Amino acid sequence: MPQVLSVVELRKEYGNAVAVDAITFDVGRNEIVGLLGPNGAGKTTTISMILGILEPSSGGIYIEGMDVATNRSQALQRTNFAAVYAPLPGNLTVYQNLRIFGLIYGVRDLRERIEALLKQFDLEIFRDVKCGVLSSGEQTRLSLAKAMLNFPHLLLLDEPTASLDPATARDIRKEIREFAEQGPGGVLWTSHNMYEVQEVCDRVIFLSHGKMLLEGDPKALPREHGKKNLEELFITVAREPLTIDAGQAS
Amino acid sequence: MNFQRTSAIVLRHYYLIRGSLSRVLPLFVWVAVDVVLWGFITKFLNTVSHGFNFVPAFLGAVLLWDFFIRVMQGVTTAFFEDVWSRNFLNIFTTPLSISEYVSGLVLSSIATSSVGLVVMLALATTAFGLSFFVYGLMLCPFLLVLFLFGIALGIFAIAMVLRLGPASEWFVWPIPALISPFVGVFYPLSTLPSWMQYFSHLLPPSYVFEGMRTIISGGTVSATALLWGGSLAALYILLACRFFVHTYRHAVRTGLIARYSAETLS
Repeated sequence: MPQVLSVVELRKEYGNAVAVDAITFDVGRNEIVGLLGPNGAGKTTTISMILGILEPSSGGIYIEGMDVATNRSQALQRTNFAAVYAPLPGNLTVYQNLRIFGLIYGVRDLRERIEALLKQFDLEIFRDVKCGVLSSGEQTRLSLAKAMLNFPHLLLLDEPTASLDPATARDIRKEIREFAEQGPGGVLWTSHNMYEVQEVCDRVIFLSHGKMLLEGDPKALPREHGKKNLEELFITVAREPLTIDAGQAS
Repeated sequence: MNFQRTSAIVLRHYYLIRGSLSRVLPLFVWVAVDVVLWGFITKFLNTVSHGFNFVPAFLGAVLLWDFFIRVMQGVTTAFFEDVWSRNFLNIFTTPLSISEYVSGLVLSSIATSSVGLVVMLALATTAFGLSFFVYGLMLCPFLLVLFLFGIALGIFAIAMVLRLGPASEWFVWPIPALISPFVGVFYPLSTLPSWMQYFSHLLPPSYVFEGMRTIISGGTVSATALLWGGSLAALYILLACRFFVHTYRHAVRTGLIARYSAETLS
């Protein structure tokens, strides 16, 4: 499976505090990888470094072989992201926001692409509505539409379904699953919903205190560690990371 | 440089202005108020003076100074739109480069400051009889020097806000007022004490306003002085860009971009 993202020995320090400690992983084409861990584990720090808004202390990030440190624009041209903490400007309409980001990403046939995304994410009736008046669920759908504008080869999703009702969350998971299966790239996904992770992700990586503790199939990992399910494994990683053998991270 | 990305920043600003009266009015209301106020002051001064025409000296100076302020604030306001809408994460995670982003802010400023300039020219000419033929072709280099320095100061100001956080925008608004005493908008530089004149010579607008007064009093503007003023302004643009890039890199290194609303990381 060709890699769309390779993270090599990535480390971030703030003074004496280590936020991310020499993690190495990759994301393959048509693959959804879950980046899991308790609050403060280093997930968002890792995503910020991949997106080029946080400089690593050491290590490398390669998007389709391009080094983000030296080829930032080209690497980010084929990347996109959506996060609940990064809503699009509320003083612009849905269409205006998509048009502006479409221009920035150099999307071809932008008008048609926007119309297709409005339909795909059920946003047609909000086309000329300012984003600030959308509900949190509608804003999340818009963020995802923006994240898919440029047919990204690497899609980064930081808790994309956090503010959605179960029915909408299921629809969104289906959209992302389809994107990964039929689209040109892979997905790196963070979530605290272990049911969702088990359903969607092909592979998961557990982080704790900035270190990679586990990596593997979300359906097989709990059994391998004597846990009933992924949620129980997550709680163990969060509360007693030392009881997990770090050497098992492959 | 990708012009399409730069145009996206300009388009964003156009969308914001088009849909908001509170953004449209400041483009020309304050400059119009200034022109009216100074128009009447100069009219009054003409009635008590003995033949000296204050209109080109004062009203012309106000117009040029307001143009400079509009240029600077055109850059800063376009940047503040991203600060106010907490858009840094979305903007800086795209392929947009820093030069494309800053160019977009500058192009936005050219558009917005041109609106103010046209309104000022129309009002000053029709209501108070200010004729720009008085300045002749020198009006072009005057406007150019002020434009360049406005851009330089605008970029410096947004770098400062990027470094110090959203609340520091309040440092930006008084900047023109702080430098105005040094550049001799209304009086010759020789009026100033020598220590102030030292700073005046480092500020490009000083050469514009000295040149303007020279023309009004029937003299010839020193092309060398004006060229020096323009060169200084161009140098300041380069320094301001370097400062912005340095500040941006610092923000990326420390994580400030990702947590901008926190203002500091301590």
